[in-house]
Amino acid sequence: MGDVLDKNKIIEIGDDYASKYGFSDPEEYFHKGARGINHEVVEMISRMKKEPDWMRKFRHKALDIFLSKPMPGWGNTKLLNEIDFESIYYYIKPIEAQGRSWDEVPEYIKNTFDKLGIPEAEKKFLAGVSAQYESEVVYHSLKEDLEKQGIIFLDMDSGLREHPDIVKKYLGTVIPAMDNKFAALNSAVWSGGSFIYVPPDVDVKIPLQAYFRINAENMGQFERTLIIADKGSRVHYIEGCTAPVYSTDSLHSAVVELIALDNAYIRYTTIQNWSKNVYNLVTKRAMAHKGATVEWVDGNLGSKFTMKYPCVYLVGEGARGEILSVAFAGEGQHQDSGAKVIHAAPNTSSRVTSKSISKASGRSSYRGLVKVYPKAEKSKVSVECDALLLDEASRSDTYPTMEIDSDNVRIEHEARVSKVAEDQLFYLMSRGLTEDEARLLIINGFIEPFTKELPMEYAVELNRLIELEMEGSVG
Amino acid sequence: MSDKREIFSIKDIHVKVEGKEVVKGLSLEINRGEKHAIMGPNGSGKSSLAQALAGHPGYEITSGEAFLDGKNLFEMDATERSLAGLFLAFQYPYAIPGVTVANFLRTAIKARANGDESVLRNFRKDLMEKFELLQMDKVFATRYVNDGFSGGEKKRLEILQMAMLNPKVAILDETDSGLDIDALKIVSSGINTVASSDNAILLVTHYQRILNYVKPDKIHVMIDGKIVESGGPELAIQLEEQGYDRIKRSFDEKVGI
Ligand SMILES: Nc1ncnc2c1ncn2[C@@H]1O[C@H](COP(=O)(O)OP(=O)(O)O)[C@@H](O)[C@H]1O
Ligand SMILES: [Mg+2]
Repeated sequence: MGDVLDKNKIIEIGDDYASKYGFSDPEEYFHKGARGINHEVVEMISRMKKEPDWMRKFRHKALDIFLSKPMPGWGNTKLLNEIDFESIYYYIKPIEAQGRSWDEVPEYIKNTFDKLGIPEAEKKFLAGVSAQYESEVVYHSLKEDLEKQGIIFLDMDSGLREHPDIVKKYLGTVIPAMDNKFAALNSAVWSGGSFIYVPPDVDVKIPLQAYFRINAENMGQFERTLIIADKGSRVHYIEGCTAPVYSTDSLHSAVVELIALDNAYIRYTTIQNWSKNVYNLVTKRAMAHKGATVEWVDGNLGSKFTMKYPCVYLVGEGARGEILSVAFAGEGQHQDSGAKVIHAAPNTSSRVTSKSISKASGRSSYRGLVKVYPKAEKSKVSVECDALLLDEASRSDTYPTMEIDSDNVRIEHEARVSKVAEDQLFYLMSRGLTEDEARLLIINGFIEPFTKELPMEYAVELNRLIELEMEGSVG
Repeated sequence: MSDKREIFSIKDIHVKVEGKEVVKGLSLEINRGEKHAIMGPNGSGKSSLAQALAGHPGYEITSGEAFLDGKNLFEMDATERSLAGLFLAFQYPYAIPGVTVANFLRTAIKARANGDESVLRNFRKDLMEKFELLQMDKVFATRYVNDGFSGGEKKRLEILQMAMLNPKVAILDETDSGLDIDALKIVSSGINTVASSDNAILLVTHYQRILNYVKPDKIHVMIDGKIVESGGPELAIQLEEQGYDRIKRSFDEKVGI
């Protein structure tokens, strides 16, 4: 890996937890429904999953890092400090995750599903009531097809069981537990997520979707995703869906690591719409080697507070990174999102396009870092952030940081805050659109650079969802 | 209810913008199948009149009334006026970035169909026909509305919209300005194609140039917020030769300035 990484500062803490704490049966332990976070919980998670010893240690070390790291002093410290780590369940057995009853799902979530016209089976899955979903059938035939080409596409737990060598080689190399407090927490208690490996020169023709491999461990709060595109390969992964994902748990903290080896291409598309009680604190980073391209396409709706700054390390000559994001902050929501690009090799290029929409008391922040190291000469950087405020009560902030330590770098930077202009509204109304229809059309136009990158059905769903948000009919 | 022949009437309207009165008592009647032209120098209040009639909230109608095919215009908002059959071709059309011309027009047509999506069945074909009518390249269907359009392209798109929406009364505000002679001919033939014995057109213009191609039945000269003279097509020729000065002078004498 490139020298940008610093993954060796992990404190040695020994590994005799079992004898030290006299742990009992993990089944029984979790049956009691243990809240809070400590070494006992971590030990039980690892035992429950029958993990190799190195992973068990990885988790314990990460927990120590989590416990020793202070909360980030930025973003929204007030909201961050309201998180009560002791009240959270860090591991829920798949059986129990399936066992939630439809009656427990809040009415507004059900209504939204109805409005989106989501089929019954999918609704239940999205609400966490059922872990089964029709597309599992689709997945089986797809899986055979992928296997023939040597493509591995599994949930992360199965990935670790079936391909421990690949996982051990790459996991935590892009995002070590040291990276930040929430990456450390995820490293300690992760469950689920996707594991993808694409062999050299294989072009995965259809986008791989999390839907296809759905099982009980898919939608965990602490997902861990690892994608490795070997030399010259290409893959597009799509995570999430536009329907609101209902979670009784208030903290979602995922880690996503992408590795694009020489001349590989990875696109990672996410649309997230968590229910509005959720803290969505996600660390996403990618490593782009020589001639490789990584693209993050990231849409954030819902949640109470989101912190998410997809990152690309351009570590090989000619590598390219693109981060395209949309955030919608409705009443009482704070979307703190952005992008991070590190240029560490010559002739690298990056483009960041960030779009945010704020409504009512919603607040959206763009937080960006572009760093160009001295050796990254002849690199190109382009950053564009656009904020749209829908009313007087909404708010938008921009915190762009550029550290350019190389001459001979081309940089473009643009930031704009705009409102829906009365004249534009009038123009559309004079063609027969109602004021609401006109406003919605203008908003759809505003995020078009994003939606046009989405597969058709996602683009349609996203526009429909924003329509619901505008009506104020999503909880 | 109104007389069958009359499709549009304005009675003594006054318009204020930014606290200033810019239309000062103006009346007009147009029958089905007629084309009228309002001509006047810059700043005489032509666009203010047009914006106010279309329902721009920034242009306050302080008194007067207007009827479109028997419906009281000022009881409707901009949307309802459009649905009732009014169309305004803007002097300065606005850009809607990210919204394609096709998507925009589809939305507009759907808006007047009361949820009946069958009106969209021939949408594609209709749109392509109108592109031909205005000799616009079909790639404009996928361009964003007025975004990066030249002045002339914007004007063509306004007339294309008119042709798609097929209004009862179309007010065309300086549609001729910024067009070269070839474009002027194309746009004029577009207007003439839409004009029928069932609708009415009100051309608002500074120059009489367009009137060589779109022949008006009546011409009204507007100065300082009022119509000061009305007449047949010959009035346009007179204005072309003498400028607005003659009328202005006689108007000034009349009001004793
Ligand atoms: N939105 C506006 N804000 C302020 N003043 C305006 C506005 N629109 C028009 N006016 C004023 O009203 C007067 C008439 O303008 P306008 O209606 O555009 O005339 P015309 O179209 O005949 O050239 C001018 O003095 C102009 O400055
Ligand atoms: Mg004007």
